[in-house]
Amino acid sequence: MTEKPKLKPKDAPGLGRFNWEDAFRLDGQLTEDERMLRDAARNFAQEKLQPRVIRAFAEEETDPAIFREMGEMGLLGVTVPAEYGGLGASYVAYGLVAREVEWVDSGYRSMMSVQSSLVMYPIYAYGSEEQRQKYLPKLASGEFVGCFGLTEPDAGSDPAGMKTVAKKTADGYVLNGTKTWISNSPIADVFVVWAKSEAHGGKIRGFVLDKGAKGLSAPKIGGKLSLRASITGEIVMDAVEVGEDALLPHVEGLKGPFGCLNRARYGISWGVLGAAEFCFHAARQYGLDRKQFGRPLANTQIYQLKLANMLTEISLGLQASLQVGRLLDDANAAPEMISVVKRNNCGKALEIARVARDMHGGNGISEEFQVIRHMVNLETVNTYEGTHDVHALILGRAITGLQAFY
Amino acid sequence: MKILVPVKRVIDYNVKARVRADGSGVDLANVKMSMNPFDEIAVEEAIRLKEKGAASEVIAVSIGVKQAAETLRTALAMGADRAILVVAADDVHQDIEPLAVAKILKAVIDEEQPKLVIAGKQAIDNDMNATGQMLAALLGWGQAAFASKIEIEGEAAKVTREVDGGLQTIEVRLPAIVTADLRLNEPRYASLPNIMKAKKKPLEEKTAADYGVDTAPRLEIVTTREPEGRKAGIKVGSVDELVGKLKEAGVL
Repeated sequence: MTEKPKLKPKDAPGLGRFNWEDAFRLDGQLTEDERMLRDAARNFAQEKLQPRVIRAFAEEETDPAIFREMGEMGLLGVTVPAEYGGLGASYVAYGLVAREVEWVDSGYRSMMSVQSSLVMYPIYAYGSEEQRQKYLPKLASGEFVGCFGLTEPDAGSDPAGMKTVAKKTADGYVLNGTKTWISNSPIADVFVVWAKSEAHGGKIRGFVLDKGAKGLSAPKIGGKLSLRASITGEIVMDAVEVGEDALLPHVEGLKGPFGCLNRARYGISWGVLGAAEFCFHAARQYGLDRKQFGRPLANTQIYQLKLANMLTEISLGLQASLQVGRLLDDANAAPEMISVVKRNNCGKALEIARVARDMHGGNGISEEFQVIRHMVNLETVNTYEGTHDVHALILGRAITGLQAFY
Repeated sequence: MKILVPVKRVIDYNVKARVRADGSGVDLANVKMSMNPFDEIAVEEAIRLKEKGAASEVIAVSIGVKQAAETLRTALAMGADRAILVVAADDVHQDIEPLAVAKILKAVIDEEQPKLVIAGKQAIDNDMNATGQMLAALLGWGQAAFASKIEIEGEAAKVTREVDGGLQTIEVRLPAIVTADLRLNEPRYASLPNIMKAKKKPLEEKTAADYGVDTAPRLEIVTTREPEGRKAGIKVGSVDELVGKLKEAGVL
């Protein structure tokens, strides 16, 4: 008998075991802290958010207490340093938290992303020390709710077309304008608003407004058929007077809002995969439980093909977001990378949710099975913070050097 | 009063365990591991006693592979003050048997002098249910296993135990070993800020050799098998047929 040749482990014919819930072993690519933070966020999301979401969506009701609860758990301002009440953790940790919250609902994740990336981040990155001290700890604890005003009725994908203006007064500014589709605004205490400032040559500048300022109101936008658990409104500024201390001193131009949006979009790229994973798991379980023609739906080829497509897109998307997160943590990420993952993951998550809805047959339209809620939520997430198509234009410009926005 | 809580890193209770190809045990490669759930209950009880003012310090100890540091971080994030990791194996598949664990714990206890040890009643991986009892014997301390309630009263602990058909309350003089049963409490989840703070709490690393304990296995695992799957049943049309089938199967 000939002796069997010795093979290096990598050359051995038998490979490792496959885990459909973690195809590329994301778990092993995370640090110990990141795994622990993720697990803690999962416990919170499943125990505190999951039990109330079906009713909240049905009744179009946002429970403001959720901000306090998220704050207590440490979900607000994950990347903001601890000295300002944040968690001081990595962008990868932030992404993992977003994924766990959106596993439950895109609306809850939106509430958290706005507070963290669009309100706390600009105050931290562009604000004065006084502004940091005044706002960040209370935003981190959820005592304050924050909102971010960039979009206007006539300025969506083209924010430079905004009409909101800030005029200089003796000791500050007076703001006039209307912002729309603003998450959290009807219950907000703190408003980060972007306006063209005449005193700064018409450049876009950021202002922090407090609830109760004369001329400031935030009516709710009703009748949304998506993200119903997360309140949305307008910000109406009718000659709102603020002091010089309301100006965010350290940024000028569109790079101000884009600096915040890049971080929020990165978080969204993880979040939507949480929603997609919920839909994938739900479709798998439904297919195993539901029997037609004497066998489980999951025992049919078309059903398995759909599950295989879902697993593939989710696994690839997670790897991509992880890599972008690692680069962000290294201060080495480009905005276009974020466009790739925001665009790809939102589009794929939406498609997965639509297919999962379909795989649930008639039951798929019931709130009880939850896939249709994720599906209609993801329509918004695919649109907000740069639509699928606008991110394609960002990438097209990077590829060709030619802008095709207008 | 110091409380010492031993914690074990085990296969996560949500994971479907699979047997290794050679039958030597459960496959733990690339499998989610967590703190033994009964140990989590023990940690929670120790923290609650500290919060009530009955204890001054909670020390978590884990004995096993170096990855058990993660389990200790969980205990620290829940609220333990410091941790001791005793590395006793390199291979994640090597289980340290209860007697070796108890001997190492005795050595740690000789150094730390806690007045109370709260342990999980058993680990969910091998279900030995022996470490607490062996430790009590080695130390010559009193023991109260399967606790569903613990009250510290001066120099004694009043412990309610779940026994068949009811509850038994006993009093043990301190120092003592108590093992936690399922209904002692519902452990808290660590918050994210506490996880970050736990990174700064002290975690001392030792080895089994530091305590002069031989951790070589004394038990030989002959075989490990997965439970047999349920066989399909049949439907019977009448009582007579049922009785006939039961007789055929030899159970009547």
